[in-house]
Amino acid sequence: MSAATTGSKAVFEAAALEATSLAAGGPAATVLKTPAAPLFSRPRPNRPAYMDEGRLLRRGLIAASFLFVFVAIILPLAAVLSRAFGHGWGPFWAAATDLFTVRALKLTLLTTVSAVAANTLFGLAAAWALTRFNFRGQGLLITLIDLPFAVSPVIAGLIFILTFGRLGWLHPLLTAWDVKIVFATPGLVLATIFVTLPFVARELIPVLAARGADEEQAAALMGAGFFRVFFEVTLPHIRWALLYSVILCAARAMGEFGAVSVVSGHLRGKTITLPLHIEILYNEHKITEPFAVAAILVFSSLLILLARNIVETVAKKERYLDVR
Amino acid sequence: MSRNRRALPGFGLSFGVTMSYVGFIVLIPMFSLTLQAVDVGFGGFWRTVTDPRILASCKVSLQCSLAAALINSVFGTMLAWVLVRYRFPGRRLIDSLVELPFALPTAVAGIALTALTVDKGWIGGPLATLGLRVAYTRLGIVVALVFITLPFVVRAVQPVLEQLPKDYEEAGRLLGAKPGRIFLRVILPEIKLALLTGFSLAFARGLGEYGSVIFIAGNKPYQTETAPLMIVTRLEEFLYGEATALAVALLAVSFIMMFFINRLQIRAAAFAGER
Repeated sequence: MSAATTGSKAVFEAAALEATSLAAGGPAATVLKTPAAPLFSRPRPNRPAYMDEGRLLRRGLIAASFLFVFVAIILPLAAVLSRAFGHGWGPFWAAATDLFTVRALKLTLLTTVSAVAANTLFGLAAAWALTRFNFRGQGLLITLIDLPFAVSPVIAGLIFILTFGRLGWLHPLLTAWDVKIVFATPGLVLATIFVTLPFVARELIPVLAARGADEEQAAALMGAGFFRVFFEVTLPHIRWALLYSVILCAARAMGEFGAVSVVSGHLRGKTITLPLHIEILYNEHKITEPFAVAAILVFSSLLILLARNIVETVAKKERYLDVR
Repeated sequence: MSRNRRALPGFGLSFGVTMSYVGFIVLIPMFSLTLQAVDVGFGGFWRTVTDPRILASCKVSLQCSLAAALINSVFGTMLAWVLVRYRFPGRRLIDSLVELPFALPTAVAGIALTALTVDKGWIGGPLATLGLRVAYTRLGIVVALVFITLPFVVRAVQPVLEQLPKDYEEAGRLLGAKPGRIFLRVILPEIKLALLTGFSLAFARGLGEYGSVIFIAGNKPYQTETAPLMIVTRLEEFLYGEATALAVALLAVSFIMMFFINRLQIRAAAFAGER
């Protein structure tokens, strides 16, 4: 009897401890996370089931999940690969090494790298300014950073046409300077930057806010300049969050279609990225080619997903996730 | 506090970079849209959005994104539940694959789903014998949007389910409630805000989706033409005014959704704080 009582008491105390730690970490973290949280926060380690819904229902739900993921995600991927390699390695290779495909690949790499680099620098600057200083209009600034998420990619392209296009109000300036933006590479880069603008900033703002500025203030008081404080104190703490957001940003930049399609002008070999190249080949009723190009992008996305998972695992090991 | 924080260096640099970047990338282009919209005027706006073909495209977009968001609310909640509550081989794999629609270019998703659902496709074939056609119909648009917006609900509901205190469920169980009742009366109210957030995000994304939809929709005027496609069509005809008017209408809906989502997240934060 007494052994049973102490036993259940220990269990209760453990549960109470867990509850208080949850109360300490939970709501505070949620409050910080919620207004400026990344839209797709990583799941945390889980707890077992407490609701006994029966073995049959449990197995049924698991089976239904497998079936859903199989039909909705595995089958489409398999369809692309089977069409890309259905006639053997030869046609795939011919399509993948075609002159226009290679040019599209190069252009995609160029736009992706430029957009990710620009948005990374911006994300770092915005996160530093927003979490380390108080100034008026911070909420408005966050809203503006979020804005591209609310804008259809097609509209993202449209606004650059209206700005820099032949009828755009900045067009006279561009002709005077002899610069081409719309229907040229700068337009593709700008449209991609717009669409992926929030990714890095949105991931870094809550992480930096949650860390607080004590260490940085100490470093600054000891006389370290901005770059020293930033690279030696701040960056080591946020490198995993940074890497994670860069990966997601790259995935989106590489695959952007709507915005890029509107500003591209579809000049073959000049302003065609890989996703646009797929559309052209598909509309020409080519059998293998569009799927071969799509297969290249499928492999790239799977690699990106793998990189994401590795970063997440390493970050968890280094307890970066606890910081969040 | 504020003075104390200014002790840190780098305000001028980071603030300057941030403001000029946002100004150049977001504010100037959005200003151009406003400029064009003022040029179009209210009369032009009204003429455009009441044009039967454009009206039909808006209806298609609204209907299909609503259907896709509803479907994903059901399956997304199921997936989130299974991923949080159960341990089984392949769980990590499903957890990663759920994210794939965010990583996969939309054009690839578009041709993949079309290849799958045409009359000769692996899924389209059997369905065609049943008389059900998916590719080049509105059902096809819904399928594409379900794929594209799948992660939103899962990733919104998952963290909330993980943090759910177990005592509520235990109380329900001790009071003799059946699992279905516990889910509806105890768990669903707790995840309601997250579910609504995921639903709204999926709906807003579906409304603007272009890349995947144009391949599977068939793009027949009045039937499977969506609002984003209509903007592109008008742009290619150099009807910038009409394209702008439709863009403004679409943006208005998106902004209302975003405002709604923001309010939901603030309420969810307050809700979590109360606990």
